[in-house]
Amino acid sequence: MRSLLVLALLGTPALADDLDPEALKRLVHQDCGSCHGLTLKGGLGPDLRVETLAHYDREGLASVILYGVPGTPMPPWEPLMSDAEALWIAEYLLTGESE
Amino acid sequence: MKPLHLTLAALALAGSAAMGETIATGDLGLVIERTTGAVLLVDQSDRAALARIEGLGDLSHASLVYSPDQRFAYVFGRDGGLTKVDLVERRIAGRVVQAGNAIGGAISDDGALVAVSNYEPGGVRIFDAVTLEMVADIPTGSKTIGLVDVPGRRFVFTLWDAGETWIADLSGDEAQITKITGMGKNPYDALVTANGRTYIAGLFGEDGLSALDLWDEDPKPRQVLPGYGRGEEPLPVYKMPHLEGWALAGAEFVLPAVGRHEVLWVDARDFTETGRTATHGQPVFAMARPDGRQVWVNFAHPLNDTIQVIDTVTKQVVHVFKPGPAVLHMEFTPRGHEVWVSVRDADKIMIYDTQSFEKRGEIDADSPSGIFFTARAHRMGL
Repeated sequence: MRSLLVLALLGTPALADDLDPEALKRLVHQDCGSCHGLTLKGGLGPDLRVETLAHYDREGLASVILYGVPGTPMPPWEPLMSDAEALWIAEYLLTGESE
Repeated sequence: MKPLHLTLAALALAGSAAMGETIATGDLGLVIERTTGAVLLVDQSDRAALARIEGLGDLSHASLVYSPDQRFAYVFGRDGGLTKVDLVERRIAGRVVQAGNAIGGAISDDGALVAVSNYEPGGVRIFDAVTLEMVADIPTGSKTIGLVDVPGRRFVFTLWDAGETWIADLSGDEAQITKITGMGKNPYDALVTANGRTYIAGLFGEDGLSALDLWDEDPKPRQVLPGYGRGEEPLPVYKMPHLEGWALAGAEFVLPAVGRHEVLWVDARDFTETGRTATHGQPVFAMARPDGRQVWVNFAHPLNDTIQVIDTVTKQVVHVFKPGPAVLHMEFTPRGHEVWVSVRDADKIMIYDTQSFEKRGEIDADSPSGIFFTARAHRMGL
């Protein structure tokens, strides 16, 4: 059901037009990767593999991406990406497709 | 008799081949290809790639140091791999996976020991440069950053979580550790000056840096530029700056600010601020050309397609250009006539003349990041 819901959410034409999955994957591994590691096993920032993220739901994780974690080096990505993109990245990390 | 005859012939052949093909490594270098776990052997004078050496593991954020004879490189991978690469035979000469998550390394002044800085398990491990056997394990209980070599077979490194700097003296049988507390909140990287005297740690958790005089019997941290952010809310930092490419231009340091689009100028003698230059974005590297006349600056995502060149006399930006998407690193030729720039998302290394800023060449490379010329072998703290 969850993936259906995501499809339903992301399937709206306006959002689908804005999303570039290849560019987002590249962003996750290359740019998130500068702190979390290219393979997302962690670095200065924490491990982002499925088992370590298990306590997050999609919306919660998207909100961490968008608004950052105050008091840590995790910056808010909201100036650089849309809500739909953050949700896409959260889903990408939580399904383990990123590994 | 025949076997002996053949053996002698083979020896003679091998001998002449070795004599005939002397390979000089003084103008060679290695480029990290971060996504494929390879390094590209390059020739600075020919502006060309010579060979690709594969099988080095996860090379995101990888760096390397050279043996004193400039034959071997020790490559520090993110996955904890320490790989010894033979530039002459163009092959891996040894490899150990020494930790789960590593961040960089250094080689001792005598070339005998290679130290690796680890995030997981946090600490520093020290290896025999010939055999890669571990000779010392220094757990810190903290992510370690800013590992450098200093004279007297010593290494200096800093603890991200604990805000301490440790000096490990390997001149005797056992590692002697000196711990210096109170370096500040979340030091993210550090540099040492070319004479090995001044160690400066940049802080992420507060506005400012901390300096140590390593010539002091009992070094104490000294605040540098406390409150340089003037209490303003820091801008988001999408990539942590590096201090490895620190710039000592004349009598001043040039350092990237954190959470501000500026480089900061600091008097090298008394650590007071001597100026600021507004930049295009969050600086990642601020690197002085070897003569100190220019400082080249690249930037964090999403402004990482641009380089600015600052004149160190006027502190003004004198040149701006866009080499391409995701400029990750810059390396000057030893006397600074050219600079090599890795442009990750263009899969290219671009080469520029530093006087005219004209492009001199380009080399294909797969997601290139760090560029390291062998001349680094003869410099401290790199």
